[in-house]
Parts: sequence; C-alpha cells; structure tokens
Amino acid sequence: MAERSMREAYGEALLAYGEKNERVVVLDADTSSSTLSKKFADKYPQRFYNIGIAEPCMVDVAVGLALGGLVPFANAFSALLALRAIEAIRSNICYARTNVKIVANYAGVSDYKDGPTHHSITDIAIFRALPEMTLIVPADANQAAAFVPLIGEMDGPVTMRISRAGTIPVHKEDESLKVGKGIERRNGTDVTIIACGSMVGRSMRTAELLAEKGIDAGVVDLPTIKPLDADLICKVAARTGAVVTAEEHSIIGGLGSAVAEVLGEKQPTPMQRVGITDTFTRTALDPDSLMDAYGLSIDRIVKSVEDVLKEKE
Amino acid sequence: MENLTEAEIKKLNEISRELRCTSLRMIHKRQAGHPGGSLSAAEIVAILYFKIMNIDPHNPNWEERDRFLLSKGHASALLYAALAKRGYFPESDLEHWGELDCHLQGHPDRLKTPGVDMNSGILGHGISIGAGIALAAGQKGMNYHVYTLLGDGECQAGLVWEGANTAAKFHLSNLTTIVDHNGVQLDGFVQEVMPIEPLAEKWKAFGWHVIEVNGHDIAQLYKALMEAKQIKDKPTIILACTIKGKGVSFMENKAYWHGVAPNDEQLAQALNELGEEI
Repeated sequence: MAERSMREAYGEALLAYGEKNERVVVLDADTSSSTLSKKFADKYPQRFYNIGIAEPCMVDVAVGLALGGLVPFANAFSALLALRAIEAIRSNICYARTNVKIVANYAGVSDYKDGPTHHSITDIAIFRALPEMTLIVPADANQAAAFVPLIGEMDGPVTMRISRAGTIPVHKEDESLKVGKGIERRNGTDVTIIACGSMVGRSMRTAELLAEKGIDAGVVDLPTIKPLDADLICKVAARTGAVVTAEEHSIIGGLGSAVAEVLGEKQPTPMQRVGITDTFTRTALDPDSLMDAYGLSIDRIVKSVEDVLKEKE
Repeated sequence: MENLTEAEIKKLNEISRELRCTSLRMIHKRQAGHPGGSLSAAEIVAILYFKIMNIDPHNPNWEERDRFLLSKGHASALLYAALAKRGYFPESDLEHWGELDCHLQGHPDRLKTPGVDMNSGILGHGISIGAGIALAAGQKGMNYHVYTLLGDGECQAGLVWEGANTAAKFHLSNLTTIVDHNGVQLDGFVQEVMPIEPLAEKWKAFGWHVIEVNGHDIAQLYKALMEAKQIKDKPTIILACTIKGKGVSFMENKAYWHGVAPNDEQLAQALNELGEEI
C-alpha cells in the first residue's frame, strides 16, 4: 500500500507536539529508526533518551521522568512492550498511575518480514486488561498523528498501538477526534462492522462491496479500545441487529472480545469476529498478503457479514 | 567534609533502634511482613531520613525534594516506621498497616501514603526508575538527589543491570544506590541460591563509583553518602555490609526470618534484646 505509513505520521506528529510542549521527552529502545521517534531525536537530542535493547528499563526510566514532572513518550516494538516490559507497565505506569505515554509500534502483523516473534497479536488483550490504562488503536496515519497531542494532554497512562505499515485512509486531517469515542464512518441498516486499526479501511471497502450485493452495512471506527464507547456499540447493535468486529489481532481478548462483553451484558446481538484465529502467523513478502492469509481479508469480512445475517434471520 | 558529632551518631543509633522496634511491633501486630530485611537496613534508612535527605514532611510532593526509592519494597515496615517518626503521618496509623482501608499497604504505594516517592514490591526496578527521576532533575535544572535501596538478592535480577548501564551512560551523579548486602534471601544464602559476587568489581565494571562500608556503622554510612554527593561524573553505589535480622539473636543470618512474623513470646524477647523497656 503506497499510503503514508502510520509510523511516519506519528514521528512527524511527535516532533510537532514536542515543539509546542517543552515537557515532552522521548525514549526509545534502539528502534528509533524504525518507530521514527528519530525525527524528534534529531531535532531535540537533549530531550531524547536511547536506552538500548532494554525495554523494561526504558519503561522504568520513562516512569522516573514522569515522576519528575515531564511527559515521556516511550517507543518500542509492541510485541516487546506487551510481553518483555509488561511488569514495568503494569506496576509502575498503571498501578502507580504515572503519566507515561507508551507508543507500541509495529503492531499486528505489520512487521511482515520478521515473523511471529515480532508480530504483536495479543497486545490489545494484554493492555486492555490493565486497570488505569487507556488504549488507543488508530485507524490510519492521519488519526495516529491526531491522537499525539490528545494523549499528550491527558493526565495518566496511555498506550497507543500503531502499525509499521500504511493502511487504507479513513480519517480526514481536520476531523473531530476524542479519546473514548467511536466514529460512525458509514451508516447502515442491515449490519454494523465495528473495526479498529488497519481493519477500518478494509471494513469501509467491504461495505462498498456489500452495497453492490444489496446489503446495507454500517461501519464504526473504534480507535479507543479502553475506555470502550459502550453507548455507541449498543446503539448501532440495536439499530442493525447484527454486528461483525474486525481487528488485526487474535480473536481472543481483543476488540471482538471487548465488544462481545458489552453486547452480552447490555444488548445481546448476533455477532461474528474477524481476527487471527488463535494461531501463530508466518512471514510474507508484504503485509497485505499476510493479513489476507490469516483471516483478515475483505472476502473474510464479507463472509462473516453473510454468516451473521443468517443468524439474524 | 565534616564528620558527624558523637551526639549525632548517638541520636541516629537510637533512631535506628527505635525503627527496629517499631518494625517488629508492626509485623507482629499484622502477623505478616519481612523482619529480616527491615532490621538489616535500619541504619541506612535512619541516616537518609534523619540526616541526609533534603525533605519536608509538611510538603511531601515538594518538587525539589530528595527522593528515596525502596527498591526492596519488602522492607515496607521499616520505611513506614521512618516516615511516621519523621512526621509524614501519625504514628498511630502504623497499627493499621495492611488493613483494607489503611493508607499503609503491604508494599509502598505513592498514591496512598504521604512521603512514599514510588510504589515498589516487585524487585529490580529502583535503579531504572531512579535514573529517570535523576534525568528529570537535569531537564528541570533542579539539584535534588535520588537514593534507592536494593537488596543483594535483588542484584540477581537482570533489570538491575539494565539500570546500571543506563545510569552510567547518562553520568547520573545525582543517583546513589545502596545495597543492603546482608547475604540472605528468601530461600537461603545469596551465594548458594544464585551467586552474585564479586559485587564491587561488577559495579566498577559497569562504570559506577563503588564504596564499601559496614552498613550498621552510622559514621561510615555518613562518610560514604557525603562522598557520593561529591562525585560528579558517575552514579555511586554503596555496598553496605549488613546482618539480616540485625539486633535480634535468633533472627540474625536466618533465611527463616525473611518473611515470618514473630509470635508474642518472640516479640518480647526481640524487644528485650533491642533494649526496649516493656
């Protein structure tokens, strides 16, 4: 996909926000050339700390900087943050409620070249289980950029999970955006597709295909996984009577699970989850074919919509 | 550098003794806690809170205060005893340690207890967090000093050495780490569970200024802590040789007393040995 990558947009937005807010400091774990925190580092070397390949230490140093009154953005690969550094994130960011912004890069299977060790398909499940954590999964480059000042101005723990790759663009630069609020990208009457991250653009394409088949599908972009916009989820479920979730993540514990928790308690509704079906992935030559191979294709979303419509009947 | 007067040494020794007695009473009352590592670190905590640190109990969040991170969070009884004695909260609160609605949690919690600079309990994090606080002083142009107290068993954790690298890379001379080097951990002697020696050589190799002292000798601790303040290009580590369970004959050097509360009889004997009039 030739679109501007999410990490590119994030790197530029971090630099722009850091120019405005002098309390911003940035950390990385030897991945600044990958996460593109390097854009900030090159301009403000005195406010940048490279901690090397030591993610738990990087998180703790960020915690200390926050305790000292600064606003640290700590960058690394999501797989390593969610697994290797999770003790520091749980205890020293969430439990101690320190004002650290974790930017979990290379999420999902976007690091298609490096395989399952670098793919991060359980991170949403892990981060959203942590009390006090706010979890953001932007849909595209513009949205990732727009979230940077929003999370920077919030007081408290935030994780923003972003992709290495470009995604189908959905978010306009001047569009309104709030932490904790979903966005109805397309109204529908037959079914609602609720998606996050790279799957929002794919869901929009799916809705166009479904329209040709006479199915009126709505699409909700849900960039805040926690706190979840339960009101919007219930509203669209009540309106359409059928829901499909779509995420570049395992179907266990992610967006689909979060939506199912809400609907199960408040608005029981036929639903299907599109995601990676509890399996390790593989490497591929590009991210799109890898996503397609692991159940994240537009065809797969279409199939899930057709299945859920049968349940609705 | 001025030495402590005999009167100051006497006063700090008496405070250490009181902190030992208070810690044991708290652990006895709650029938939970960690006596061994609280007794071994009494002089270290006493000299920091009652002589060295620039703090204000009436303004616990004062931005320019010195910080203390109890990386070995298990010695929370000792920390709480010191904070109460220093005036951060009433000493009567100590009786409610660990109760559901008490601000004194099993392990330190900065959001609940006035004077606690950071949560701890899971081992290994103190140096890395301390490095961040020390870096923040540089960003803000402040002169505060960060102290962190580690256990020697804690030095088995890989994260300790990630922090060691980091503090040395950034020349954090405003970060001083003290190791309560009592040689005993939960499962036995440190050198048997997982050898860590030669500790001094390891810290030197990591680029730290290393000072070795008797951790129960107030004068030596004072000299080391003042020396640490003079070092300008690197962090300092004070390897404080201590005795686990110090001051109570049946607890000394016994792994059993790492995390077991004394019964009524044992408490009475312990307090008696510590010179407490009952």
